[in-house]
Amino acid sequence: MEKCDILIIGAGPGGLAAAVGARKAGAGRVVILERDVSAGGILNQCVHDGFGLIRYNEQLTGPEYAVRAVDEALKAGAEILCGHQVIRISEDKTVAAASRYGLKRFSAGAIILATGCRERTRGAISIPGSRPAGVFTAGVIQNFVNVRNIMPGRRVVILGSGDIGMIMARRLTLEGAEIRAVVEVLPEPAGLSRNVSQCIYDYGIPLHCSHTVSRIIGKKKLEAVEISEVDENMHPIQGTEQIIECDALVLSVGLIPENEVAEIAGVRIDTRSNGTVTDEFLQTSVPGIFSCGNSHRVMDLADFVSQQGELVGYNAVAYINGSDMKPWEESRGTSMAKGFPEPDTVTCTLCPNGCQIRFDGEKYEGNHCPRGVKFAEEERISPKRMVTTTVKTEDGRLLPVRTDRAVPKESVRDVVQSLKNISVRTPIKCGDIILRLTDASGETAAVIASSDMYQLLPM
Amino acid sequence: MFAISEMSSMRQNDIIIIGAGGIGCAIARELSRYKLSITVLEKECDIAAGASGRNSAVVHAGFNNRPGSLMARLCVEGNQGFEDICRELDVPFKNTGKILVAFDDEDIRILKGIIAQGEQNGCEGLRMIGEEELKRLAPGVSGIAGMYSPHTSIFDPFAYCVALAENAAVNGVDFCFDSEVSSICRNDGGFIVRTADGRDFGCSILINSAGLGSDRISEMAGVSGYRIYPCRGEYFIMDKVADKLLDIPVYPAPKPGIGGLGVHLTPTMHGNILIGPSAEYIDDRDDYSSTAPIMDKLITEASELLPAIERRFIIGNYAGIRPKQAPPGEGGYRDFVIKEEETCPGLINLIGIESPGLTASMPIARMVRDIAEKKLDLVEKDDFIAERKTPPRFRDLTEEEQADLISEDPEYGEIMCRCQKVTKREIRNAIENPLGVRSITAIKYRAWATTGRCNGGYCLTRIVDMLVNEYGMKPEEITYRGKGGELFSGEVK
Repeated sequence: MEKCDILIIGAGPGGLAAAVGARKAGAGRVVILERDVSAGGILNQCVHDGFGLIRYNEQLTGPEYAVRAVDEALKAGAEILCGHQVIRISEDKTVAAASRYGLKRFSAGAIILATGCRERTRGAISIPGSRPAGVFTAGVIQNFVNVRNIMPGRRVVILGSGDIGMIMARRLTLEGAEIRAVVEVLPEPAGLSRNVSQCIYDYGIPLHCSHTVSRIIGKKKLEAVEISEVDENMHPIQGTEQIIECDALVLSVGLIPENEVAEIAGVRIDTRSNGTVTDEFLQTSVPGIFSCGNSHRVMDLADFVSQQGELVGYNAVAYINGSDMKPWEESRGTSMAKGFPEPDTVTCTLCPNGCQIRFDGEKYEGNHCPRGVKFAEEERISPKRMVTTTVKTEDGRLLPVRTDRAVPKESVRDVVQSLKNISVRTPIKCGDIILRLTDASGETAAVIASSDMYQLLPM
Repeated sequence: MFAISEMSSMRQNDIIIIGAGGIGCAIARELSRYKLSITVLEKECDIAAGASGRNSAVVHAGFNNRPGSLMARLCVEGNQGFEDICRELDVPFKNTGKILVAFDDEDIRILKGIIAQGEQNGCEGLRMIGEEELKRLAPGVSGIAGMYSPHTSIFDPFAYCVALAENAAVNGVDFCFDSEVSSICRNDGGFIVRTADGRDFGCSILINSAGLGSDRISEMAGVSGYRIYPCRGEYFIMDKVADKLLDIPVYPAPKPGIGGLGVHLTPTMHGNILIGPSAEYIDDRDDYSSTAPIMDKLITEASELLPAIERRFIIGNYAGIRPKQAPPGEGGYRDFVIKEEETCPGLINLIGIESPGLTASMPIARMVRDIAEKKLDLVEKDDFIAERKTPPRFRDLTEEEQADLISEDPEYGEIMCRCQKVTKREIRNAIENPLGVRSITAIKYRAWATTGRCNGGYCLTRIVDMLVNEYGMKPEEITYRGKGGELFSGEVK
């Protein structure tokens, strides 16, 4: 039995920040158990930008955010054990974890659940029709496309306009797929307005709101979906059916707090949201077991998850010491602008406020800070985007990369194309330059690695 | 039909079995005791692809069937021997009993009739139970009374069919998948069977256990007059969190003439309650679609039986198709046909083997053996291997046993399917299955990965990674359920 002060389950942004918070508050041994082969959680497959605006005041990609979060946790003195799946967690705060190195048992002063979330599935929403190959959730596709170099299909329909769905619409487009439709059951897109602007509008992807996939067609392989308009109860309206041929259906229909481990511990779970039930200090129904991030309640931004993680780390130490804990303000975490951007506005992406800025021909309005004017002006005259994608490594893996600055919007596809056929040698550090983009006037931008990638050791 | 002169390098067998469902696998396993050359031809990529893998996973007691019928006799006999065969082949089995629920006096009358019928069939221990006992045996279940059947059980039908087939294969039976039969001709007292891709197989005895296709196979062999009416049953699968709501199968009192047992709730060996099936005649023999109206009906009827069941527990659905001989207007059941055709000596037809076919599979296999014995000299092998051991299943072990297992084999420490706690070693065993089946469903049904609440969200990427990086498959070669069901279009770059 190994002893530690704080045991954290999950090395995503929540768990990593919790470790930092706990160590800052004076914890002794802090151990993070992570089931995946590396730390960072789902950030590692989120190669797009939009992370870190609050925590670091920068536009980072998911892997870059993960590199920083892991670095901070290690510098703070936390131990991260990857490849460890928790299989038991008891009320006396002992834990058993399986890994290829054996079944390890831990005894902790306090436990923090930072187990993230999972995706709502086709099974859970009971889409009628056949069950062929070619139906996936968006996160699974994100993993296949961005990490494992596998393309699900060439003609894709996306059900649900959650953020991952919209981001994957853009990602798959840039990798050569045709997004035949994004179908949303609500009257407005479910995800952030900035993703509607930059993932859907930028690429002219057909968006069908107040519609749903009413039938899946194809015996062994997906051949088409039937989409229908829905009534106010979200039931398909007969007579509105249309068939869209496709070879992949990607579902982005919601995220559910992942609490398999919490269930084993006997922690009370909200039956509606599947999130943990906690007090204002994020302590669960089992004293000394805390919960943070998406396993507590699904949040809009990783930045919020990190903030909450840090707080919960502090509170877990306070629990051990018997000192005062700090409350979490519930209003934080889901404050971002969602749905259709207001007509004739640009959605500012410089910070999470997502101000909708309008130009009346003379002046800008709707911005909460002066930076918004500059952004809106550029967006009106020569819109620019950061390009995020992957390049192949010589050993056949994918390295997440981005441009070091925003490039003209119309050149995004060219940049992605120019990276299609190059391969890079590992090891490589986050920030290393992969390719310099030039035009007649010289260097216009550089493509940089947005993650660390170590060399594969020969087997 | 084709001319003999066209024949290419033909493989000669004593026996060909068409169809690798539970019945075909049971027959193959039973006949593998003898010195015979046997080939099983299956049109799908794996065993149990039809009704055998798409049912309620219940070992029936035999009270539902007409006294004197083959269905009744073989079901009761099958029930009595089922635990033994499961023990012999290491298949998950649990004697749960079963309850038929009465909501009114008419139902009570029907249930009393069923007890009388069951007793005639030789079912033991059937009895009426009052409301109090009903609530004790199945807390939370509605109804005013019920019928209790002590010998009904649950089992894992995939594991059962896999075990039969693998045991048959170990004992020398050859399984050919993706081998749809396209024509059959008589030859020198035997048969030549040609597959759609042009391979020929010769045999002296032809066993037709083709389920939904059994009427067509019979016709190809020259015996017409049978007709299969496909009757679809849809199911829901419930999350493990609902498992504690029920530990005994509960059925409604059957309504006469519906041709099914009514929508019921069944606990499973894996901890996921099943709801279903509906009974709906369809035209298409391989349309396993689920439909919106039936989905609503399943939930409504299930919550009448067990009010605590809610839609939010649903994690998946599936459908099976019964190979019924009773046409839509007639309803109910027609008895199994299991016989050598007088007009076509050597052809053993098994037609209309719907429920309780899996329960009856071993007695059916023995019946087929008895028929074959009249045609062929059956000599027992000295080296027949009757027992089969399934490798350990991590999640069924104690923590101490798990620790020991990991120290013996580190891959037992890598949990790849987090919902069902399936380890990398178990996935590897499934990938390297003795029948050589390579599809995601092959892994699903053998290791039970991808079957949980995340529908493979966690493990599918990891399984595919293994297939690509450790087994050298290209992404576009990976199928969900065999050829034509490719999961991916290729590499990104």
